[in-house]
Amino acid sequence: MIETIEIEVTAVAVTGAEPPAAEPPTATRAEVALGLSHFKEANERVRAALARADEVAVTDAHAQRYLGCALPAGKRLAIGGTPGNDLGCYLDGGAIEVFGDGQDQVGNTMNAGSITIHGRCGDAAGYALRGGTILVRDECGWRAGIHMKEYERKRPALVIGGDAGAFLGEYMAGGVIVLGGEPGPYVGSGMHGGVIYLRRPLAADAVTSGLVQAPATEEDVPGLAELIGAYNEAFAGEGPPLPAPDGGWWCLRPASARPYGSLYAH
Amino acid sequence: MAARHIPREGETRIPSGCAIAGIMDRSGARHDGTDILKSIALMHDRSNGLGGGFAAYGIYPDYADLYAFHIMYESREARAATEAYLEHYYLCEKQERVPTEDHPAIKNPPDIWRYFMAPHPMRLAASGLDEAEYTMRHVFHINGAVDGAFVASSGKNMGVFKGVGYPEDIGEFYRIADYDAWAWTAHGRFPTNTPGWWGGAHPFTLLNWSIVHNGEISSYDANRRYVEQFGYDCELQTDTEVITYLFDLLARRHGLSQEMAAHIMAAPSWRAIDAMAPENAAFETALRTVYASALVNGPFSIILGSEEGLLALNDRLKLRALMAAEKGPVVYLASEQAAIQVVCPDAENVRSIEGGVPFVVQLDAVARRKQEEAAENRAVRDWPLEHEVGVQPRRRREA
Repeated sequence: MIETIEIEVTAVAVTGAEPPAAEPPTATRAEVALGLSHFKEANERVRAALARADEVAVTDAHAQRYLGCALPAGKRLAIGGTPGNDLGCYLDGGAIEVFGDGQDQVGNTMNAGSITIHGRCGDAAGYALRGGTILVRDECGWRAGIHMKEYERKRPALVIGGDAGAFLGEYMAGGVIVLGGEPGPYVGSGMHGGVIYLRRPLAADAVTSGLVQAPATEEDVPGLAELIGAYNEAFAGEGPPLPAPDGGWWCLRPASARPYGSLYAH
Repeated sequence: MAARHIPREGETRIPSGCAIAGIMDRSGARHDGTDILKSIALMHDRSNGLGGGFAAYGIYPDYADLYAFHIMYESREARAATEAYLEHYYLCEKQERVPTEDHPAIKNPPDIWRYFMAPHPMRLAASGLDEAEYTMRHVFHINGAVDGAFVASSGKNMGVFKGVGYPEDIGEFYRIADYDAWAWTAHGRFPTNTPGWWGGAHPFTLLNWSIVHNGEISSYDANRRYVEQFGYDCELQTDTEVITYLFDLLARRHGLSQEMAAHIMAAPSWRAIDAMAPENAAFETALRTVYASALVNGPFSIILGSEEGLLALNDRLKLRALMAAEKGPVVYLASEQAAIQVVCPDAENVRSIEGGVPFVVQLDAVARRKQEEAAENRAVRDWPLEHEVGVQPRRRREA
């Protein structure tokens, strides 16, 4: 068992009475080394550090699940090592950056905020994503963006720089997926909302029935530009940047809002 | 020792995940069990303490030509009956208790023995079977007819160490760090439908085959009815055992490559076949038609161990995660990427195993030999003594 250490880099300097609640907490940094600790203990220690500091560096992560669960706005986790499944689940406005690879279900049911992964990630990234942005520098596993959804101004985005496994955007109900590499088979299977942007068009027989493939138009450019810009900024100097939004992107959208409306009807 | 009642598969239903891992040195160099223990221990929370186990290849070089039986006994009578039976059909070179260490977390272990044996030459000849088939039948006899005895493994120069507990505790109980193997697989169990018992822990084995499995086989009954026609008795009522028997049937008896056997179990969908070039479509259609009942459905990821090496397979829809990486001649497999990195932080080529695509890791020596072989199978008529010809009627259940 690796000895776990906890160092507070900058101590919170609070003198006299507690500051009024409206005042933003003093910006501090803390560091938590996880080693082989159990996820329950690991999360308790990360949460305790987050209570004292806005920015927590987690080092030496080894598959501890649920790191950054429901992290609120204004808080930031920087993670070294390999965080476990359900990284940033229910994320609620906080920012998570992983210097390494993610495992399965990154950003499960995330509500707001951002997850940036300087590496690859496993299956079902952005599972039931309902807000915020996930940026993955390299490839991702199967079923990225499964069950993504949107509501009014809450429009989640998932940007993957590399290739994606099969069933990208399965059952997608809303939001935006941007894929820099090649998708696997069954893209957008069961998709009935949102949009998937691709670098190259799919072969006609690879387009799932009920979806329409078309070149990205001028209307797509502003939204796409924002996400491509975010990706290129996050991973500047780490690999090839994504090409400009007007550089021949394609999009996949459902042909109608309720393509399966008659599936179970008489 | 009085006979104890230990709950069997099927008596209770417990709703559930699992963890699997494998480490193999393609050069054939042997490594102790420290790394596999560390790898599976990292995935502790994927198991619930109701089963853990390890398969190790190359651990008995001094007895490499003999069948190494690991047998668990729940009573003295079971051991007496089994040993009397084995004495009749085998010549035993050596028998001993498998060394174990008292472990606070391992409760009520059975009495575990190992035997290094060769088939009795006269009885083998009289049986008209080859030695693998002969051995398989005696394994099934012991498992089915001797109450309280269970063969944990029956291969050559390999062995399985399994039981009820978390895998890291089971590994310490069996002192697996004391064994050197060129391939290790491990399993942490989270039983889905059945209680944990020592025989029901993974790996499931027959001859040199071992399977560790994460998932659930929804085609279990169809597969079971199929293999039972060929003499494979599914006594353990656990879906995983049927995969072991399918590999034995397709690869050992039918002479298909392990990769082809895996392809049959995770065959392409009819829709994918329709999109293929006509000759490929015809081939795939023939495979799916002949081996319709060998199609394995449901969410699964498995690692198969054999004398050739390891083979990893995910179900076609990839409803389970399995990662691979390598470093020099060593290949790592695990349900979670961190379980590889914890033993090899600078592992290269980290990637996931795709759905329905067999991932084959062969010993270098095996790969070289295969390269020199003709692409076609040898006809059965050319190797009658190595192979049981024809389909035998299901043998009568004795006692």
